[in-house]
Order: sequence, then C-alpha cells, then structure tokens
Amino acid sequence: MNHIIELDNVSFRYTDEERQGRLVLDGVTLAIAQGSFVAVLGHNGSGKSTLAKHMNAILLPAGGSVYVDGISTADEERLLDIRRTVGMVFQNPDNQIVANVVEEDVAFAPENLGVPSEEIRRRVDATLKLVGMSKYAKHAPHRLSGGQKQRIAIAGVIAMHPRCIVLDEPTAMLDPIGREDVLRTITRLNREQGITVVLITHHMDEAARADRLVVMNRGKVIQDGPPREVFQQVEALKAVGLTVPETVELLYRLNQAGERLPLDALSVEECAKVIYQAYQA
Amino acid sequence: MEPILETRGLCCVYSQGTPFQHTALDHVDFQAYPGEYVGIIGHTGSGKSTLIQHLNGLLKPTDGQVLLHGKDIWESKASVRQAKFHVGLVFQYPEYQLFEETVYQDIAFGPKNMKLSTDEIDRRVRQAAGFVGLREDQLQKSPFELSGGQKRRVAIAGVIAMEPEVLILDEPTAGLDPAARDAILANIRDYQQSNNATIILVSHSMEEVARSVDRIVVVNDAVIPFSGTPREVFSHSDELRKMGLGIPQVTQVFQRLREMGMPIEDDCVYTMEDAVKALLELRKGGRA
Amino acid sequence: MLKDITLGQYFPGNTVVHRLDPRTKILLVLVYIIALFQAKSFVSYGILLVFLLVSVRLSKVGAKALLRGMKPVVVILIFTGILNLFYGTTGRELFHWGILTITTGGVKTAFFMIVRILMLISGTFLLTYTTSPILLTDGLENLLSPLKKVKVPVHELAMMMSIALRFIPTLIEETDKIMSAQKARGADFDSGNLLDKAKALVPLLVPLFVSAFRRADELATAMECRCYHGGEGRTRLRQLAYAGIDWAALAIGGAVLVAVCVLAYGFGW
Repeated sequence: MNHIIELDNVSFRYTDEERQGRLVLDGVTLAIAQGSFVAVLGHNGSGKSTLAKHMNAILLPAGGSVYVDGISTADEERLLDIRRTVGMVFQNPDNQIVANVVEEDVAFAPENLGVPSEEIRRRVDATLKLVGMSKYAKHAPHRLSGGQKQRIAIAGVIAMHPRCIVLDEPTAMLDPIGREDVLRTITRLNREQGITVVLITHHMDEAARADRLVVMNRGKVIQDGPPREVFQQVEALKAVGLTVPETVELLYRLNQAGERLPLDALSVEECAKVIYQAYQA
Repeated sequence: MEPILETRGLCCVYSQGTPFQHTALDHVDFQAYPGEYVGIIGHTGSGKSTLIQHLNGLLKPTDGQVLLHGKDIWESKASVRQAKFHVGLVFQYPEYQLFEETVYQDIAFGPKNMKLSTDEIDRRVRQAAGFVGLREDQLQKSPFELSGGQKRRVAIAGVIAMEPEVLILDEPTAGLDPAARDAILANIRDYQQSNNATIILVSHSMEEVARSVDRIVVVNDAVIPFSGTPREVFSHSDELRKMGLGIPQVTQVFQRLREMGMPIEDDCVYTMEDAVKALLELRKGGRA
Repeated sequence: MLKDITLGQYFPGNTVVHRLDPRTKILLVLVYIIALFQAKSFVSYGILLVFLLVSVRLSKVGAKALLRGMKPVVVILIFTGILNLFYGTTGRELFHWGILTITTGGVKTAFFMIVRILMLISGTFLLTYTTSPILLTDGLENLLSPLKKVKVPVHELAMMMSIALRFIPTLIEETDKIMSAQKARGADFDSGNLLDKAKALVPLLVPLFVSAFRRADELATAMECRCYHGGEGRTRLRQLAYAGIDWAALAIGGAVLVAVCVLAYGFGW
C-alpha cells in the first residue's frame, strides 16, 4: 500500500524546563495510507498533539524518523515540499487566519508558493465552494461564527492542494452546529477529493467516523484498528481515561448485567437494531 | 418556594438606534430556586450568554428586572456590586483570565475584592482549592506553569472562593477530555451539596446536562420556548432538533426502539442508568 | 462598548474612490497633506476644502461617519486651538491679562490650525474608510519597494501591519471578555484615584499579554505550515494595476498641489 506518512520508532521529549525529561512520544511506529481517514484519540497529555506536529516537520523527532511521501522531515532542503504535501489545521481558528478578508486568507498559502495570480483566483473560488463558504468570500473573518472560521482555516490549507491534512482538535472550541459543519466538510474532502485525513480528537463520536482509529496513551499507540473493533475494548479505553460512544456504553452495560450483545454498534440505528433483535429472540 | 434569582420581562437590545441593532433577549422570565441545579441550553447566538451576564449585573437590562432574593439588583450602586459576589459567574475558557503570581493569590482575588479579613480569605482560598482538587503544594506555583485542565480548576476556584449562593458556569468542560470533564462536574456537584448553592450550568452537551441537572431551560432566538425537567424538555425532541440542539443518544435509541414496536412505556429515557434499568426490566418480563 | 470603536475602519463600497488603486489614494493623501501645510490663506484652504468635499461626496462615506471619527481628537483640537490663541503676537490686541495676550493674529493662527487638523484627519480617514486594510498595506508595500534595495524590510513591515490590523478586532473582543470576567470577581476598573485605576489594570493587562503572545506563537506556526517563507518568490491574488482613472486622479491631485504652492510662494497667500 502507498503510505503518505510513515513514522518509524519516533520518540520525542520537550527540552524546556516545565516538561523536562518526560518522554512525550515513546517509540511510535505508524503508517498512514494515502486516501485514508485516520482518527487519533487520547486524553490531554497523551502525546497526540505532539504526534500531529511531527507529521509536517513542525517538530523533529529526537529518535527515529518521519517520512512524508518518502521525504525525511529532517531534510531541511525539502521543508516546503513537506509542508505543501501535509497541511495542518489547529484548534483555535482565530489564531490561524492571517488576512482581513476571507478570500485573501485562502489565497495566503498559494501566494507563498508563488502560484500565478489567475491560478490563485481559480483555487480560491474552488476551495471556498468546497467548504461551502463561497458567499462569505469578501467578509471579514472576525465576524464569522466559530464553525465558519474553522472552515476558512481548512480552505486556507486545502488551497495548497495538499495530499493530506492533519487536524489537531479542530472542533474543540465549536458548538454542536459548527462541529457538525466542520466534520461534514472533512469527511467530504476525504471521500470526494481523496485527501488523506488525520483527525486528532477526544470526541468519541468524531473518532467513530474514521476508517481507522489509533488510540494514544503516555506517548504510545495502545490500540489501532477500525473504530468498530477498537470501541469494543471498553475496559482498555476506560483505563486510560477515555469513554466510548453512548451507544456502545449502553450495550456494554447491558452485557455486564448478563446480556450477550455484540458491541459494534456505532450509530443510534445500529444500536436500536442490536437491542431489538436480542429482545425478539 | 420563592426563587433566589429571577428575571422579569428582561429585554436586552444591543447597539440600539444603529443599523447593527439586535435584540438578544426579548421579555425573558427566568427563575432559579435555592439549592437547585439548572441547565441552560441553546446554540451560539441564542441569547444564553447575554442572559447569564444579566444575572450577576454585568450587563444592565434594556428593560425589565433582575431580582435577587426578590430585590432588584439595580436598586443602587452597592447592590449591583453585591450581586457579583452573591451570583458567581465562571466564563467560558476561564483559564485565560488568570493573572497573579501564584495560584493562591489568584484564587484570593475575588475574596480580596470583597474586603474580607486575611484569615477569612485564607480559609476560603484553601477550601475552594480543595473543592476543585488542587493540592496544597500547587497553591504557591505560578498559574502559568500548570496544565490546561489545572488552570481551569484554579479559575473555577477563584469564583467558588467568593462563596456565591448562585454559581453560574458557562461551558465549564469545553475542550476537556472525558476524565477531566467528569472531575469538574463532580467538583461542581460537591460545591452545590456542601453549600446548598444554586448551580446554573450552561452547556452544549445534552448528555452532560441530562446527567447533571434538575431542570433545563432552553433559550432560543432571544426567548425561552420551554423549560422543565430533563424528561419534559427531551420529549420536545423535534423542536430541539429544529433549534440545532438534538437530544441524548440514549433517548434517540429508545425512540427508535419504540418506533420498531418494542413495548417501552417510558416515553423519555435520558440517562444511561434508566436505559439499562428499563431494558433489564423488560427482559424480566415486566413492562418498562 | 469597546466594540464600537471606528478608528481606521473600512466601509465597503463600490464608488470611484473605492475603486482607485490604493497607491493612487496613498499618493493623493500625501499630496493633500503637503499642500495643506503650504496653505496660508483662505483661498488655498478653500481649494483644498473643495478637493476634500468632492472626494467625500464621490466616496458616499457619510459626513456623519467622518465626524464620528473625530471624537477621539476633540481634546487635542481644543488644546491646540487654545495654545495657538495665546501664541500669536501679530495684529491687533484683543485681550490682555497678566502674561496672557490674545491678538487678531493669534485668533487667525488658531483658526487655521484647527481647520488644518480637521482637514488632515478627514483626508486620512477617507483613505482608511474607502480602502480595505489589506489593499492599503499592499499599496504601501508596493510604493516603498524601492527601499528594499537599501535593506529596508518592506515586505516584513507590510506583513506585520496587515496582521496587526487583522488582530485588532480579536484583541478588542478579548479585552471585553477578560474585563467582564474580572468584573465578575469584583474587579473595579472605574473608581479610585489614578494610581488605583492603574493598579486595577493589572488583572486585565497580564491575561491580555499572555494571550497575545500565545496567539502570536500559534499564528507563526500556522503561517509556517502554510509555507510562508518571507517575501521571496511570493505572488499575489490581486495584482495592483493603475487604470486611466488613477492617472486622472493623480493629475488633479498634482494640479491642486501646484496651485496651492504657486499661491503660497508666488503671491504670499
């Protein structure tokens, strides 16, 4: 399989005083397949954000190596190639929007890459359409809602035409409507544009939408597989301070009370079906 | 019972007389009773933030009244100031307001402004720190050295130290992971029980509200369309969905089960415990 | 409310004035300011006033909006006016008390000084009202680009300016929020003497600075992730280009400057 990002036995520790010595990443080996949708789940301090920052050379590993499309992130000469291949979206949309006007912000990355003006114009229009923000092209970003701002931030990255986007808790500061808009946008980029998505989150229901779920704890990958399988490890997840979707939790508790239900229901519909079938029998 | 805090015909119009004029609250009657745990839900821009900032006198009503123990808080300059001490307000992302050199001093900021004695301030700071689970040795640290979750606790302790009769929290768990979220919700519950305080919790998470509160107040388009026990409110599932609010997943599962024809009598199951109980009883042959 | 501050705000529009190239507008304001400092008589001021009024009219920016922007400078205006009133010594004496003397010359100087400041501010406000901040910085960057040859970091300065403009509303909002949060803990920003008021600002300023630094840090990372690597090889979404209307506007501006200078130096007006 073609891997867009490969981490090989990566370890990392911060060198500043407060976090001295603690190993934030401890021998992480992970390969992200081109075109896949991977969610990385973990509690605050599990190392998931640090992991994300290794994926486009914001941080360089202390031990091991990271390859983006075959290029080592330690190769300074190829920094721009790495950054344009793997785009990064952060938690706070306010702190990643550079310009005063929405379309100018979306144009920022292509401008940096030296794309000709007419092509920038085409990319800006197409990208804004893709994230459903065309009608706000001339607006001032600070007047938009959190969800809209985050979609602009995503557009700003997509305009580079990256093959992969890494999103570090992009919905943490949003209300449910904004969250849903952002998730729908991300999913569409993955399904329709074939862009690889790495979604860092601690929301179980967001992680459930991915093809693959990686669970981090104390700088290590402790679970890795399709969400349906990972979420069945209810005890293992609870032991590291995580929960499971409410639907799985319900089935799990019924099992503890003596039922023997399959735990792989991620949606309301699936969960209702599982219970219905069990009670019909 | 008399409400401890209420609004009568509360109106708030922003930028009156300009093209940006906007009605944030339109004749809102809100009540909170002593010792009650109230949840306020509503999407961004519904008016809920404006409402809570009226409850402690941060914003002055365009029209209508805010009554604390039956008395208008805007009666005098002194009464508005007192209202801030009786009605504690923890803003969203409160960790961004920390400023003192030590955690201790930051928590003491509110009590100091109340002009309490040094001994009383010391007692309150230590007690508030205890409520939110801060260790003694953390009190002398700089708040900026702490982790995000710990900073949040310090900020909440800073309001709890004023020992308000009514404690309002705007999205206190936003951005926290499940373990930290549960811990903070438990801290709030502790404060309520030991001080018999009224808690007003503003949240986007239906699951969180369903689990914690006695009564839910829904705010939408500058008015309160309905309020009541979680059971009553979640039975308006269609309206809630139209407001972009949704209902807990468990409730959705049960609605679906009823549609499928399972004999579930309770038309609004909203907590995990009730859901498990209902299904187990059904298994035993009894009707849930 | 802090949100109501209008200083330097852009009013979107599609008038001739809005459509002028930002460089044209910056040059015109420059010409206008130079002319304003050459003007010595009613005639010269009259010419410039007509120039200003026509521009305001064409821009469709209401006189009200323009006047609202004056509010913060009223104190300075009054102060300058009074100072100049007593400063002038020429002409007939109108009033005398101790060392204070007011002469007709002083009245004239004070009057022209106030008019000059008012016109100066109106002119520059017209520029910021009709030009989006991003175009304004683009224009400045472009006009100043010859300075790059002598190692002036023109691109960096322009980038800093546009980011500052972008974050002004965000920081104002944040100030509002922190102020409310501290007020909720009993902070008092309004009463007490000057020292008390200064002290009361600590709970506001510390979090504001901490947050500004955090934002700066995150923004820098985000910019790097979007391949920002300085001005080298950078293209722009919008290419600046002078059109016929720009040349016409510049010609008029030049004519006004020449007229005022001729009046001032040729005729002593």
